[in-house]
Amino acid sequence: MPHRLSRPGRRIDPARALHFTFDGAPHRGFAGDTLASALLGAGRILMGRSFKYHRPRGPVTAGQDEPNALVGLGQGGRFEPNQRATATPLFEGLTAISQNRWPSLEHDVGSVNARLSRFLPAGFYYKTFLWPASFWKKVYEPVIRASAGLGRPPEGPDADRYEHLHTHCDLAIVGGGIAGLAAALEAGRAGRRVLLMEQDTIWGGRTVTDGAIDGTTIDGLDPAAWVARAVDDLSAMDSVTLRSGLMGAGVYDHGYLTAHERVADDRPGADAPRHRLWKIRAGHIVTATGGLERPLAFAGNDLPGVMLASAVRDYVCDYAVTPGRRVVIVTTNDDAYRTALALLDAGVEVPAVIDARSQVTGALPTRVRDRGVEIVTGSGLRAEGTGRVERVLVCDVTGDGTPTRRIACDAVAMSGGWSPVPHLWSHCGGKLTWNDERGFFAPDPDRPPVGADGTGMVSAIGTAAGHMDAAACLGQADTPVTQPVERLPRPTWIMPERAGPALRSKMFLDYQNDVKVSDIQLAAQEGFVSVEHAKRYTTLGMATDQGKLSNINGLAVLSDAVGRPIPDVGTTTFRPPYVPISMGSIAGEARGEIFQPLRRTPLHDWHEANGATWEPVGHWRRPYCYTRDGEDIRAAVSREIRNVRENVGLLDASTLGKIVVKGPDAGRFMDLLYTNMMSTLAVGRCRYGLMCSENGFLMDDGVVARLSEDTFLCHTTTGGADRIHAHMEEWLQTEWWDLKVHTANVTEQWAQIAVVGPRARDVLDRLGGMDLSRDAMPFMTWSDGTLADLPVRVFRISFSGELSYEVAVPANLGRALWDRLLEAGADMGVMPYGTEALHVLRAEKGFIMIGDETDGTVIPQDLGLHWAISKKKDDFIGKRGQQRSHMTDPDRWKLVGLETLDGGVLPDGAYAALDDRNANGQRKTEGRVTSTYYSPTLKRGIAMGLILNGPDRMGETVTFPGTDGKVHTARIVDPVFYDKQGARQDV
Amino acid sequence: MLILDCPYCGVRCDETELTPGGEAHLTRHGPGSDDADFERYLFQRRNPRGVHLERWRHAYGCGKWFHAARHTVTMQVFGTYPAQTTEPPADIVERIRASDPDWTFGDDT
Amino acid sequence: MSDHATPLAQARSDGYVTVAEDAPRDMIQLKGDLSDPGLADAVERIAHAAMPGPLGLSTSDSAWIAWMAPDELLISLARGQGADALSSLSRAMGDRHHLALDVSDMRAAIRLEGAAVREILAKVAPIDAVTLPVNTVRRTRVAQVPAALWLSGPRTAHVICFRSVGRYVFDLLSLSARRGGEIGAF
Repeated sequence: MPHRLSRPGRRIDPARALHFTFDGAPHRGFAGDTLASALLGAGRILMGRSFKYHRPRGPVTAGQDEPNALVGLGQGGRFEPNQRATATPLFEGLTAISQNRWPSLEHDVGSVNARLSRFLPAGFYYKTFLWPASFWKKVYEPVIRASAGLGRPPEGPDADRYEHLHTHCDLAIVGGGIAGLAAALEAGRAGRRVLLMEQDTIWGGRTVTDGAIDGTTIDGLDPAAWVARAVDDLSAMDSVTLRSGLMGAGVYDHGYLTAHERVADDRPGADAPRHRLWKIRAGHIVTATGGLERPLAFAGNDLPGVMLASAVRDYVCDYAVTPGRRVVIVTTNDDAYRTALALLDAGVEVPAVIDARSQVTGALPTRVRDRGVEIVTGSGLRAEGTGRVERVLVCDVTGDGTPTRRIACDAVAMSGGWSPVPHLWSHCGGKLTWNDERGFFAPDPDRPPVGADGTGMVSAIGTAAGHMDAAACLGQADTPVTQPVERLPRPTWIMPERAGPALRSKMFLDYQNDVKVSDIQLAAQEGFVSVEHAKRYTTLGMATDQGKLSNINGLAVLSDAVGRPIPDVGTTTFRPPYVPISMGSIAGEARGEIFQPLRRTPLHDWHEANGATWEPVGHWRRPYCYTRDGEDIRAAVSREIRNVRENVGLLDASTLGKIVVKGPDAGRFMDLLYTNMMSTLAVGRCRYGLMCSENGFLMDDGVVARLSEDTFLCHTTTGGADRIHAHMEEWLQTEWWDLKVHTANVTEQWAQIAVVGPRARDVLDRLGGMDLSRDAMPFMTWSDGTLADLPVRVFRISFSGELSYEVAVPANLGRALWDRLLEAGADMGVMPYGTEALHVLRAEKGFIMIGDETDGTVIPQDLGLHWAISKKKDDFIGKRGQQRSHMTDPDRWKLVGLETLDGGVLPDGAYAALDDRNANGQRKTEGRVTSTYYSPTLKRGIAMGLILNGPDRMGETVTFPGTDGKVHTARIVDPVFYDKQGARQDV
Repeated sequence: MLILDCPYCGVRCDETELTPGGEAHLTRHGPGSDDADFERYLFQRRNPRGVHLERWRHAYGCGKWFHAARHTVTMQVFGTYPAQTTEPPADIVERIRASDPDWTFGDDT
Repeated sequence: MSDHATPLAQARSDGYVTVAEDAPRDMIQLKGDLSDPGLADAVERIAHAAMPGPLGLSTSDSAWIAWMAPDELLISLARGQGADALSSLSRAMGDRHHLALDVSDMRAAIRLEGAAVREILAKVAPIDAVTLPVNTVRRTRVAQVPAALWLSGPRTAHVICFRSVGRYVFDLLSLSARRGGEIGAF
């Protein structure tokens, strides 16, 4: 049984006890423990159940590659599922729950699946739930969702904060084992800017633990001392940044590397970012990511108590826990003998080492043999037991599994050999080569991922490059290393190699997804011979460990099944992140109030304090309307509209784009930008203009004011300011760079307030400072001056049909002007109005709105705006596009007004349907609604729409089926519903 | 995630500071052009598996448009140059040919 | 209450780096041929500071000039001096093709103070904040919006952005500078 040993563990501090709970039961561990080591220390090996068959599982590993011991950590807004107990540092108060079981981990109803396993082969779901299609949503999906799955998702919003960090370096080294440390020392001594990161909390990698077992020395020091010296030396270098607890997650183009840091996982509730995502730009990336030990595919290899040999000695040496009292070792290589030595040193019984090799003569096996342990050569085994391993049956490794002897034990340490960790090397296209002698894929230094300069941007070193001894990992010829020499392993993909179906269906390759040797063989038999297809069919390697344990064994089995060598079968694609990272860290700071930038006008605070209902317009927030006590939104909008028509309203128009275009060629440029002739606009006057894309489609509109002979001010829509400025710059910089024109987007320099309504002039006159009379300032003119002693630029333009002035004032004075207007107009009924009133007011006048009447497929001619398209100009952006046959087609949908026969409001976006049907049986359409409102002025619904030959069909009726089943009938009318003569705005 | 040097301000830009603009060196066909030329200009774009001349704007920086010569598979960047030109500069062509001797500017294949 | 409101109402947040709205200043945007000695002369005369080189920021007692683009400068002057400076500049530029505008109200200006200012910049912008020299202007992305930033000393950084997103940038920087988020890697 697992238990704590009375000996020191390298990582733990027995003087500091920590308390935690697992499935509600209190336990105790030590500082330095992981959750898994603490549970083992507490005598507990069952930590989870598998995904498909709900088989009981204990930890297989002692690190990030763990497929079994997945738990839910934390509570409430800090709950996180699928966390690896083997890589979760223990802290005081930790709460963990097991997953994928009901009602409890020990008694799980779902484990009946295990007994049905031969009815649940690879592709079972694909095969079974295909037909009938109607069953999918109501029957199959709910059942599958209820029974499958990993942990449950957290409830409620994440309670923590996260952040990013951008950092740059010459050399980023991922992995702080001896290879990474040695590379950092060398680069640091050369004065290079180095970032060395290690996912573990301590430095040195495997060599420290293993070296203490086998007596390795580096430069005359034991590995721990050498590592400590290296870390000290590196810490003293200014150009080197050392960071443990930082996991290199992904490599992307041009030396871009992401890394994940767990900042405050062990301090729930601390006022600190929980995780931090590092976004690193490295001149060169070195992957010193070490290796992963492979499990062995023998029957019963998923029983709790069966672990990787390296994990067993990590638990013994680092955490002073053992998975059992009698541990059988099964191996294909010399490395596993270190585990035997570690167990023997700790006083744990090792009844035998089962070695697949027929000749076992290496230095490490010899030491084990010398200590009286039997080595059974040329052999394999299977494990048996109920709920955990209780015995192994030894057999000939080349045979069919006939047992030759039986050994009682309570744990098995297995080693199928080591593979380099190639993930980061491969993320961005680094290629691998197959090492047949040792049975692994390793980075091919001749085919690295390429950086901006065309040379390799990633180098693999150490075990990650395929080196399996300390001297090669160090890569320093002048550093003396003593280490027992290892003999070659014997790659063994199935144990025993001629096992029959009964055994093969108990050999697990992917523990988490319950993919067995038999599943891969079935997939191959059914034609899934591509590794990527076989992966998806069987789910091999799709678990949260992403095939860290299963990859090579799975490939080898597939290779054998399809009769092609392993390098031909190839690997599945390695994708970032190396280990799952939190969604929170990816979002970083972008949540809550700063999820996205919120643009505020200079009057934002006033709006907020005065009942504004907000409407998002791009990133801006604009008041939709201002509700008063007892009013709903609809009543508020109606009041605001009536007040503009009857008295005077104020609109915050600050968001409208304002772009200055200046230069000797400004007139020429304006003529190219706008469909109208702008060069003839007189100084002091304004003109409404249209801008099209080169395709001919209408993209923006607004009023242009000529400020001086060589300067124009272009107003754009709220959403258009940045886009149109970029559009102008693009044409100036990339097509017409000979034009002498400068542009500047000065949108935010100005607060702009529209003063609109019959009493607009009265209010402004009361502020004093400018003659705004009809004669002094006619419609479509502008003027600089002061109002209430504030410097202003006044435009006499109207988007409502009423007498209207738009007053621009430097943004920091916007609030002052607004306050004065409200004060001056108090007895004239002045009140603010929002965007909905703005929309209705313009619709009553038949003015188009970009984004309502246009959608990127509409040309100005569709909207009856021929008058704004110059026929005199040789060229403007969009002119050629509008000459295409489809644009000049007389049968285009064109703008008209629509009046319902019953006075109701048409549904927005409704299509005008004909009785005829098209080839698909759908009703043909002849138009659609583009804007539709209730007009409080006219006390009826009004709408605009694009209708086939609309302008020629005045008085005809069209029908609009609504989504509610109701059919609306509307008459085609002139789009100007109110004050057709335009008398009101020109007073 | 690319890095490209802005040839105007000299900043080594992160891709997130740039906006992409598609194929470079298009010839505008305006009023008077025939349908085939206009179609090519407006819609037909090269999408080579290999060397590509493309437009980028240093949108979060100096605001200037520039061109980059980049290999779409290896991501190698042969150079960046100002947009006020109708063909890539000689030194960049030379660097491209060092990697792909058969490459010629304007070759549709 | 003064008629002049600042975008952030003198907001201030004290984390491990202090984030505060900078004192309001007048600003002139100038676009033109920066290689023209006449332009340089006109600019130096109103700002009493040297014409900056690419990405540079030059200062005098009361003004600074920032190089924003190959054809663009941003000139910052004490509050109230902008209008006169703009007219002198326009006079001095005469017929030269240029664009000079008063943009004093267009931006929010935020100052960061503390030993870890570079670390805060590195949290929000994809730049190499460690090697950014003092008085070098980096126009970049601050999280999701464009901004310009520079260091005026080892403990002082400045971030300017458009007025409408001033609060966003302030909140972003304040959060990044909140105690508990210290990294200490630089």
